Amino acid sequence: MNRGIFPPELHNCMPKKFNFVNPIIYTCIYMIKQITEKVSWVGKVDWELVRFHGDEYSTHKGSSYNSYLIRDEKVALIDTVWLPYDREFVSNLKQNVNLHDIDYIIMQHNEIDHSGALMELLDEIPDTPIYCTKKGEQIIRGHYHKDWNFVNVKTGDQLCLGQSTLTFIEAPMLHWPDTMFTYMDEGHILFSNDGFGQHFASESLYNSDVNQEELMYEAEKYYANILCPFSQMVSRKIQQILSMNLPIDLICPSHGIIWKDNPSQIVEKYVAWSDAYQENQITIVYDTMWQSTRLMAQAIADGIREADSEIKVKLMNITHDDKNDVLTECFHSSAVLVGSPTINNGYSFAIAGILEMMQGLKFKKKKAASFGSYGWSGEAVKKINAHLENCGFELLNDGMTCLWVPEADTLDKCREFGRNIVESIHSPIN
Amino acid sequence: MEKYVCDVCGYEYNPAVGDPDNGIAPGTAFADLPEDWVCPLCGVGKDEFSRA
Repeated sequence: MNRGIFPPELHNCMPKKFNFVNPIIYTCIYMIKQITEKVSWVGKVDWELVRFHGDEYSTHKGSSYNSYLIRDEKVALIDTVWLPYDREFVSNLKQNVNLHDIDYIIMQHNEIDHSGALMELLDEIPDTPIYCTKKGEQIIRGHYHKDWNFVNVKTGDQLCLGQSTLTFIEAPMLHWPDTMFTYMDEGHILFSNDGFGQHFASESLYNSDVNQEELMYEAEKYYANILCPFSQMVSRKIQQILSMNLPIDLICPSHGIIWKDNPSQIVEKYVAWSDAYQENQITIVYDTMWQSTRLMAQAIADGIREADSEIKVKLMNITHDDKNDVLTECFHSSAVLVGSPTINNGYSFAIAGILEMMQGLKFKKKKAASFGSYGWSGEAVKKINAHLENCGFELLNDGMTCLWVPEADTLDKCREFGRNIVESIHSPIN
Repeated sequence: MEKYVCDVCGYEYNPAVGDPDNGIAPGTAFADLPEDWVCPLCGVGKDEFSRA
């Protein structure tokens, strides 16, 4: 293909190692993975991925870009892979199907990690119709600037492949405007794109084959960090799908493993996560320059434990702990305490960053408070409080401050602060 | 006529302007938008809108 016409901004998002295509990649052919008689997985497992969405999302367990090939009387391809793997993807696909036999390309969501191979693929089969939502067409056009053969679909539209039929279900803002799900009647398969996904690399296809604790953590982290702002729509979409009375034996997301063993377990989790989810936990997120704010955080944690031995307390130093893990802990907490020393009349850059992320995630029905040390002006706590209110948290108090380094009586006050926090979170929210 | 804001993406529906790109004439009140009208920016339905 002519790389010269590729938008430079898309080139720039590619890792440097992919700038020059190694011919070995062309010949690196892997087996497709058969799911049912008609459906096979033709995606890419990315064990090396450590950051996603730029640096917005950490992927400790790698990820996968799942693409599915359906071979009935007609042949349909559902989604592709991330741009750096476009040639590898198409090369592999060619080993398994004549590209000209592909009748339909179904694009459920067109962020570059799913649409990234379209240029490479359509360079070979440019007239193949792309089934997507109206927003999907706009987004593909906005990314690739090509006048391809688009077919817009809406909820309830069907595409007969022969013995099997696909039904499309629009799912706007789960998590982009263009998102849709696809249901295949034969095999009772829900292709859910990013819904029910996880950034979790595995050579196994199914949920029963992997470490369950790791899997569920990655599924929750994905929800907390990506889908949480759209919880109301998650809830409604699940109710809509349940009301359609579709039997579902397989949920095939676009990232991570396929839910085959008891697929309703992840639907039930989504129902819970989308309803102002919280556990009996308080997460204390802090930054510290010379340890004073850290000492306060630890004393507050002691006070919480003194007041309630059942409550789980998580202390996280925002500069040491991963930001997305921090947000996952906050997601399932009933209260979040945020601490920062005052620096230059404000709070630290790391606390500013995590507060901005918290605000964007639109957590619901959580309580919060702030604390921090200072040397002279001491604005951090007041500014954190304002940001916490913008996040939608209910402030429990005016916060706790400490001039210079805490001594015994100040640490006693921090413990008392912690005990009072427990008392407050047990009172009903307004 | 009141303006409405999309809770999801922040788009503001201004009845004085309407949504001509999607066939909604200027002067159309939010309540008179068809039930299948969606936010022109993010695609969610009318039930995701609040009064500005």
